[in-house]
Amino acid sequence: MTTSITRSKASGAAKKIFSALFWIALWYFAALIVGQELIIPTPLAVAKTLASLSSQTLFWQAAGLSLLRIFTGCVAGILLGVLLAVLTSRFELMDSLFSPIIRIVRATPVASFIILALLWINHSAVPAFMATLMVVPIVWGSMRTAIEETDRDLLEMARAYGFGKLGTVKLVYIPSALPAFASACSTSIGLAWKSGIAAEVLCLPRLSVGTYLYYSKIYLETPALFSWTIVVILLSFLLEKSFGFLLRKRGRKYDKL
Amino acid sequence: MISFRNASLSFGEKKVLDNFSLDIEASGATCFSGPSGSGKTTLFRVIAGLIPLQGGDFSSPYKKPALMFQEDRLLPWLTALQNVSAVLPEGDTASALRWLDEVGLKNERGAYPSELSGGMRRRLALARALAYGGDLLLLDEPFKGLDKALVLQMASIITSQSAPSLIVTHSADEIELLGGRAVYFEGPPLRVISEFPHRAP
Repeated sequence: MTTSITRSKASGAAKKIFSALFWIALWYFAALIVGQELIIPTPLAVAKTLASLSSQTLFWQAAGLSLLRIFTGCVAGILLGVLLAVLTSRFELMDSLFSPIIRIVRATPVASFIILALLWINHSAVPAFMATLMVVPIVWGSMRTAIEETDRDLLEMARAYGFGKLGTVKLVYIPSALPAFASACSTSIGLAWKSGIAAEVLCLPRLSVGTYLYYSKIYLETPALFSWTIVVILLSFLLEKSFGFLLRKRGRKYDKL
Repeated sequence: MISFRNASLSFGEKKVLDNFSLDIEASGATCFSGPSGSGKTTLFRVIAGLIPLQGGDFSSPYKKPALMFQEDRLLPWLTALQNVSAVLPEGDTASALRWLDEVGLKNERGAYPSELSGGMRRRLALARALAYGGDLLLLDEPFKGLDKALVLQMASIITSQSAPSLIVTHSADEIELLGGRAVYFEGPPLRVISEFPHRAP
């Protein structure tokens, strides 16, 4: 049993390594064929740039601050999304008040909001604000559906056994909504990064990944552009994995569904 | 005495109770028998206070009825022990364990409902209903999926409770096992066709 699990893990890792090597090789050949570092730098050039960047304090400060801004915005968006989902599914007035607005926010292009936010609020707060704004509709939509689709039979059982409001939320609503919540968080993190970095590129906070991305474009430093993009991807993965780990730890028992 | 007077209740076009009257002197075990879909479960839900009548009167001296549903309705994310504990005061694990032991599920206390057989889930639902400490037991097909030996064991547990019980069953053997008191229904709309032992109106 243990041997077969170890073998399957090893095979999974081998597949991942093969996949990574395949795409790096393809990238390498594309760079060779084009032959211009300005358009497609080689993986080696990007790795060298990344190594050189990561030896600078400013790099870590920029990455850390971007992570902090987007994480803050994302968490605020998740909390607000859950709160609005509860309010709009519970109270009709709240539903008619907020649901159309959230749907409009969901359909509005990110760039329009970034430009408007630049006029309304402090530049350095725009990335976090954008992350919040993009996350709210995702979490709201998922959580609202989850609340509305909670098993009626279990809710009736909770009434029959006098669970009370708090007990029903704790024992029925939260556990049944948790899988949808985990999935919404995972989608939200990716979206928060995309919108947060886009906002940084447009509002240029002093220390941020987006600002360095912008400068790389202005000074035609394509290897640096690739390097910063890799940093964004890595940070997004880091945040998504941390969230996933926390939710899995909390929701391990819910896997038994 | 549980009493229905000219009760009426419909779900859309379907009349489940129509000018329905019944007095039930609940002491010991009383079985409700009749075709599926006749309205017995709806009657239980009214007695449990889960749905109100649309017309007529209903009165019951019981303040805390314990309803075992026709479906198990166990919380899939909780273990057997946690499912029983959920209806007990916080921290009363000893009582939950005692009830699990009573229905023969002590060794399955850490198992989730999805890991239990149909018969085990039924017994777990029964343990939860008994653990709730209701002053009236409303048991909707409590022996569904149980073998003969387990039916005997569970029937003996039910009849030994101090709280009176109303039990939906389709089996004459089970009615016999529970003491022989029964009300026979047909419907919908629900109608009493006979009572045994016969009671003068």
